[in-house]
Amino acid sequence: MLLEVNDLAVAFGGVQALHLQHFQLEEQELRVIIGPNGAGKSTFMDILCGKTQPDTGAILFNGHDLTGLTAVQIAELGIGRKFQQPSVFPGLTVFENMWLATRMKKDVFSALFRKMPAGCKEKIEAMAERVGLAAALHRPAGALSHGQKQWLEIAIVVLQDPRLLLIDEPAAGMSDQEAEKTGELLLELSRQHSVIVIEHDMHFVKQIANRLVSVLVNGKLLTEGPFETVKNDQRVIDCYLGRANAQLEKL
Amino acid sequence: MQLKPAKLVNILFILFFAVVLPVGNMLGWVSINSISLWGRYCCFAIAALGIDLIWGYTGIMSMCQAFFFCLGGYCIGMHLLLKATALQGQALPDFMTWNDITVLPAFWQPFHGLVPAVVLALLVPAAVAFIIGYFIFKSRIKGVYMAIITQALALSMYLLFLRNETNLGGTNGLTGFKNLLGFDLYKPHVKLGLYLVTLAMLCLSYWACYKMVHSKFGKVLQAIRDSEARVGFTAYRVLHYKLAAFVMAAMLGGLAGMLYVPQTGIITPGRMDVRASVEMLMWVALGGRGNLKGAVIGALLVNCVYSYFTSVFPQGWLFILGLLYILTVLYFDKGFLGLLEKIGAGIGIKTNPERYATGSK
Repeated sequence: MLLEVNDLAVAFGGVQALHLQHFQLEEQELRVIIGPNGAGKSTFMDILCGKTQPDTGAILFNGHDLTGLTAVQIAELGIGRKFQQPSVFPGLTVFENMWLATRMKKDVFSALFRKMPAGCKEKIEAMAERVGLAAALHRPAGALSHGQKQWLEIAIVVLQDPRLLLIDEPAAGMSDQEAEKTGELLLELSRQHSVIVIEHDMHFVKQIANRLVSVLVNGKLLTEGPFETVKNDQRVIDCYLGRANAQLEKL
Repeated sequence: MQLKPAKLVNILFILFFAVVLPVGNMLGWVSINSISLWGRYCCFAIAALGIDLIWGYTGIMSMCQAFFFCLGGYCIGMHLLLKATALQGQALPDFMTWNDITVLPAFWQPFHGLVPAVVLALLVPAAVAFIIGYFIFKSRIKGVYMAIITQALALSMYLLFLRNETNLGGTNGLTGFKNLLGFDLYKPHVKLGLYLVTLAMLCLSYWACYKMVHSKFGKVLQAIRDSEARVGFTAYRVLHYKLAAFVMAAMLGGLAGMLYVPQTGIITPGRMDVRASVEMLMWVALGGRGNLKGAVIGALLVNCVYSYFTSVFPQGWLFILGLLYILTVLYFDKGFLGLLEKIGAGIGIKTNPERYATGSK
């Protein structure tokens, strides 16, 4: 068991944004979380990566309690986060973006005086190749297209070499081919890392959901199960998939 | 061997200031006062490098650089004044006698020696910046609030140094210096020597800053400017990096002040008022923010123009500075250097400059 969450709750100004009774994730598991807007999906990730502090609840990650830790401490424990809005460093080149992310000592002293560790450059180049940014390696990240920024951010998170990757809407703004490539990348990553993905695009969910899909509604866990079961669950259809049913029938 | 334009500019710069000016002085073409003036401008350029580090690269608007400048200046000023007092056979500097002080205050004691004075001129600004920076950055104060707080700090320190009870000479500051290490500060060859030392320190500071902003440390600073939250999620302790940058900027300020005071012969609280800090920001903005050369050129150029205009058109200087600033903000946000590059590109000179480190504003 890599991650275990119990009775997690957070409210913003009286609105219960999230109230999760129980959630758990195995090593090398890829979990997809779906749910309507405002269901608390991103809030859940915010809590896991230390951006938001929960009101109550316990989060056990690899034997460590995450509540009360800062974002940096959580990142050091091995959780990497990709945000819904791509968040990269626009003023730095793609290479520099990846260089900063790569797992190594990250204190001020090492940053000032240590040389780039051996093999780091090759690792970055290989990663750039993998996410299709090899040609853009020395361009400023701010000049990339939206889809390329998404990939760069995924690359940044992967290069941190975390045990758990939190990926928020990776396929947003991507063409179908790009999304499919992203799906393949995520499946490949899940052989070495645990991954939680939030996604709305049902084609994409179908592609990557190899084990369980969790459905969040109004901050609560509605159901959890394999994609086919969840897809045909009447409650899920009623409160989330309803209008998008046409999209599902095509699958 | 082909020289890169950036290297060529460096060499021309050093050649002009380290060879042409001193030789011109020896041949009688350049007066020693002009040399001394350039020495002072070089001090300002060192302080401007500090601002570029904290503001241009890290995106933190610090409006108290002149305060750090003065801390360094006062440290060396205290040493010079103690030496001058001893030379006259007095126990206490004049202003203390006038204020009915009978014993030298304890905090003046370490400044009898030059080495402690020089070390303290660097350490005092660093320590003050560390303490203030720790609380500011710990409380996650940024943007305009950071500017306001540092401005308030500059103002309160200005008021503190104005008071006679502070025992630092009050409004009149410290003056009446005689010699440094036995050299008479008013002899031309000592002035030339001080100028050359300052120039050497400017080159050294530039080189150190260049190494810094091109190391991973510098990249993290730029990353903090672009997206502070992402830096945290990438497992960098933002507080440590900001503090390091702030302390280094303060030390550059202190170094500049330390070199400035022996050349001007006076340090007063007037050097650390809010306007002085704002002017330092303007040098960097006008020269080219996020570019070390821009900071140096901005400081040298603005001060050159300043001394020209204050002699021919004394009332107009602030209007000219204001106009320059508005033009810079409106039309060339990369400052003077950015303008030069634009012109260069326009007439087909390929300057191939280092990529600007100006991401978000």
